[in-house]
Amino acid sequence: MKLFNLFRSGGTAPIARERLQILLAHERSARSEPDLLAVLREEILAVIGRHVAFEPDKVQIKLDRGKSVSTLAVDIEIPNGSRVGGVAPQYRRLTLDGGDSSMNKQVA
Amino acid sequence: MSERTSARVVVVTSGKGGVGKTTSTAAIGAALARLGDKVVVVDFDVGLRNLDLVLGAERRVVFDLINVINGVAKLPQALIRDKRLENLYLLPASQTRDKEALTEDGVGKVIGELREKFDWIVCDSPAGIERGATLAMRHADTAIIVTNPEVSSVRDSDRIIGLLDAKTEKAERGECMDKHLLITRYHPWRAARGEMLSIEDVLEILSVPLLGIIPESEEVLRASNLGSPVTINAALSAPARAYFDATRRLKGEQIAMEIPSESRSLLTKLFGRKAA
Repeated sequence: MKLFNLFRSGGTAPIARERLQILLAHERSARSEPDLLAVLREEILAVIGRHVAFEPDKVQIKLDRGKSVSTLAVDIEIPNGSRVGGVAPQYRRLTLDGGDSSMNKQVA
Repeated sequence: MSERTSARVVVVTSGKGGVGKTTSTAAIGAALARLGDKVVVVDFDVGLRNLDLVLGAERRVVFDLINVINGVAKLPQALIRDKRLENLYLLPASQTRDKEALTEDGVGKVIGELREKFDWIVCDSPAGIERGATLAMRHADTAIIVTNPEVSSVRDSDRIIGLLDAKTEKAERGECMDKHLLITRYHPWRAARGEMLSIEDVLEILSVPLLGIIPESEEVLRASNLGSPVTINAALSAPARAYFDATRRLKGEQIAMEIPSESRSLLTKLFGRKAA
């Protein structure tokens, strides 16, 4: 992509304009709906915390905003045998991918 | 002083620092004064005041905005009259770090008192979206959003527009804030080559009416070096003409939008300027 840009004729203003349009569309909607990411994070972690124990520091949440589709990735590191009130699971990591809204369990 | 009913409080704001708020406050304040109105420019940048320096009044500051709010000084004691324009006054910010002293009630009282004495109260906002910036815009009737044609400046301007529409007294009364965009440091040739966001790009993204376009010019730096706003120091220069046009639009005049250029300033000197 960078190499491609080097050979582009004309300037970079159209790229600046497009990036701004996408970013500001998101920021404006976030203004009326305060901190969607924080709400999602809290609720998702509450649901998972009901079933497995994990350290809050070992949670990574990534949001990638695209023009028509955004993806939300929640990556939680779970120690083996940390199942809350039940049989120890074989899961090492839980990945919630908002892109296709499927839950992938990586078996240890 | 006679009763004035039509005082207008203008905030010059941007979110991002270094885009030209203080320079524009000084230039527009001086332009309003030269057009015959009585003007006070108020520095809200507590701890980092610079409007005094840009106006060449840095050695005459005795009392400041916070002294007036705290009752240490009366308003007339803190106002500094410009040595070149008798209609232009400065209310400096405090250079101490005591930002907490800037209270909403205190600022409201000072603005109320200034409204009785002046036609225009031009508030120079600090950068950022903290207390100083929100208080500078709090009592405004009109906002001038200073933007450079550059991504971070445009993004921050958008954020500030959101605050102007939500956190000001006018917005809380359910009225629409009167907003104007002032594009500064514009390079027409760069925009033409697609190297810089164009005026149309910025206007389309921010959807705020345009007050003026100030071309990048060495005269702006010269003016701040000398402590004399460009509208006083080099009134025929391209940026000064752009500031005068913007000021007339602020006063409600209909003036065709153009970007003055230096090469034409020679012609205008020789042949006189067409009525704008």
